[in-house]
Amino acid sequence: MSVKDRDPLTGHQTTGHEWDGITELNTRVPRAVWIAIIVTHVWALAVWVLLPAWPLVSSYTRGILGIDQQQEVEQDILRAGLARSDWLSAIEEMPVEEIRADPALMSRIAGTAPALFGDNCAACHGAAATGGPGFPSLVDDAWLWGGDAKTVMETLRVGINAQHPDTRWAQMLAFGRDGMLSRSEIRSVTGHVRALSGAEIAPELREAGATIFAENCSSCHGAEGRGNTDLGAPDLTDEFWIYGGDESAVYRTIWDGRQGLMPAWEERLSLADRKMLTVYLQELAAEAAP
Amino acid sequence: MISSLTQAERGAAMLITLSGMVAGLAMAAAGRGDPMGAHGWIVLAFFALFFGLLVRAAYETEAPEDRSLAYYDDPTKVGILIALAWAVIAMGMGLWVAAQLAWPDLRFDAAWSGFGRLRPVHTSGVIFGFGGNALIATSFHIMQRTSRARMPGQVAPWFVLFGFNLFCLIAASGYLMGVTQSKEYAEPEWYADIWLVVVWVVYFVLYIRTLARRREPHIYVANWYYLAFILVVAVLHIVNNLAVPASWTGAKSYSAFSGVQDAMTQWWYGHNAVAFFLTSGFLGMLYYFLPKRAGRPIYSYRLSILSFWGITFFYIWAGSHHLHYTALPHWVQTLGMTFSVMLLVPSWASAGNALMTLNGAWRKVRDDATLRFMMVAAVFYGLSTFEGSFMAIRPVNGLSHYTDWTIGHVHAGAMGWVALITFGAIYALVPGLWRRETIYSWKAVEWHFWLALAGTVIYVFAMWNSGIIQGLMWRTYGESGTLLYSFTDSLVAMHPYYVARAFGGLLFVTGAIIGAWNVVMTIRHVPRQIPAQDRPTTPKTMEPALPAAE
Repeated sequence: MSVKDRDPLTGHQTTGHEWDGITELNTRVPRAVWIAIIVTHVWALAVWVLLPAWPLVSSYTRGILGIDQQQEVEQDILRAGLARSDWLSAIEEMPVEEIRADPALMSRIAGTAPALFGDNCAACHGAAATGGPGFPSLVDDAWLWGGDAKTVMETLRVGINAQHPDTRWAQMLAFGRDGMLSRSEIRSVTGHVRALSGAEIAPELREAGATIFAENCSSCHGAEGRGNTDLGAPDLTDEFWIYGGDESAVYRTIWDGRQGLMPAWEERLSLADRKMLTVYLQELAAEAAP
Repeated sequence: MISSLTQAERGAAMLITLSGMVAGLAMAAAGRGDPMGAHGWIVLAFFALFFGLLVRAAYETEAPEDRSLAYYDDPTKVGILIALAWAVIAMGMGLWVAAQLAWPDLRFDAAWSGFGRLRPVHTSGVIFGFGGNALIATSFHIMQRTSRARMPGQVAPWFVLFGFNLFCLIAASGYLMGVTQSKEYAEPEWYADIWLVVVWVVYFVLYIRTLARRREPHIYVANWYYLAFILVVAVLHIVNNLAVPASWTGAKSYSAFSGVQDAMTQWWYGHNAVAFFLTSGFLGMLYYFLPKRAGRPIYSYRLSILSFWGITFFYIWAGSHHLHYTALPHWVQTLGMTFSVMLLVPSWASAGNALMTLNGAWRKVRDDATLRFMMVAAVFYGLSTFEGSFMAIRPVNGLSHYTDWTIGHVHAGAMGWVALITFGAIYALVPGLWRRETIYSWKAVEWHFWLALAGTVIYVFAMWNSGIIQGLMWRTYGESGTLLYSFTDSLVAMHPYYVARAFGGLLFVTGAIIGAWNVVMTIRHVPRQIPAQDRPTTPKTMEPALPAAE
């Protein structure tokens, strides 16, 4: 088709071409399109003048506002740090007991520590710090290394079995796997251990277990099984268990041994952050206490 | 399909499949103990299948066909069916990964079923499997009709179609085995990338040769877009996949770029994959099927030119907006942002051109779900290009980036634009292509349309809400000047939206299944009808009764 038809609906001419029944009108580009093009291009030109934009041979156009994203971030961080510095430095300097007595600081901590805990601790210890299989609860009374503020601060700083030069270190030996105790000996010591926290166990099993316990376990867990926070050895007489307190779980613990791991936080969290977490844990424990 | 090949063509096809089998065997032998070995067996089996078909047909006589009397449509038909199969598989995968995000237990603890491996099966399956096959199939149809010329030869189109699907197979099976370059939308490893280059060059040459045979003085707009798609995707694919294999006997390779240069190359590729694969190619589809279905002339040839060159020129610059507030120099970010905003007008010019073309045909839009698919696709195209330019503005991006807003934006484009225009094109194409009177069930097309639209809207709204909430939670400071929410808090807040998103996806994939069923039923059960004129003719002989003598 070489004749330029006129579209009866719009009154516009076609371009005179036709492809498989498709034709095109030669309608002018609407004015609104030209205006929009001009607006967006003028905006772009303005941005190029104001901001860093075009590469040169060994540099780039800096823009008359002199903005640079690196400097902006550094300034933002500095400003935010300054805004927080009064109460953060107070937290750094004051002992935990005094902080807990200071309502102003405590409201700061209430607005900060939950997110800190959620981003750094909750993955293992749970959103409510109640722990889970293999990870201790932080709101009960049982502490491996001690639950007073100073000790918790230190545990946070160096971690447990972590890659910190001062890390807390503890290992329960694999009594079964490494051949120190036979299966029947482990069975009886399992009975004894479970009896320590009040499980009902046959007396003859318990008796045999008591001897084995005295010879193999008491050096860390104590003669009465009450544990030792200097060594990170848990109290076996309470009802709190990290790896489970039923027969098969205790058996497995004795057979394979245990060596839990907690990262050291000295490099990743500031002193004030760690102190806030300590305060937060104490508050949680106080809430959880009956 | 083999019986219509000449003896010479059968010979060439045999040679190609034999070489493919040898290559597959070599890969299987050299890559023993590596995923590359498994891929070798897949390549071998793939080519052996076609070799077997060729051998079986070796002594069949040539069909006495006058090729000047018909377009070559068999590859288009097969391409449409493969595209529909990929649609069901890949959208189903999307539903699965969406459900995994809402209910993580649905990964069932196998290595292959983890989110990180299934997600690329979904994305590549939809983009390349569904979208790519639909583009190849429709491009074969459109380039022949708008050139009024048959494709040269009958081997190259099959090589392109099946070669491309071999690439898709290697890609998807590789993801499940853990093979990846860790580049989004460019995950397949080096040997798959090299193979795609071969296929793509053949595709380009085939397209150019068909255009060279055209009996029209001018080249129609749809062809510009398809050519831009083929040419630029080739450039993007080759540059972004430049890598050094760790060894010739294994899948692992290392990118030729490092650090922020690598990131910039990847997002130059990634953004222009959206531009030239998911936009340019499908605009080609729109420019043919929409005016044809509506029976209206294109609103403005001048707008077509403006938007084509606008899109082609501006898109290439915009990739750096994926890297705002990163180690990428500030000036590159500014350029990406400004070019993204300048891109808006040419993009909207395309959408506007499509919608204005429908003036005088709105009654058809109301009554015909096929045309409605295309109309809504154009609306979503306009919507997501506006959203894209908006999100490319640096401060906006500060809120939206790394959140579900991005996912919502991508799916407004992929579901609302790419999938809807493709389904519209398929419904428009299928009856004529298979010489059928009509579609098996127009009611099913309506169902498909409303399911797809509802699914898209639910999906996109869920992700907008989720993304903005996420973005705000991550930057909310309390009175103390410290962050108020942990990352886990934001995850908990996302959960209801993830459920809604999975529901939207369920509706969408249900629609796709209905569509695939409807196409199959059309082919199997609808009576035949020969269209009045659908063959290559010279412009002089417009009358259907007089086919051109070559």
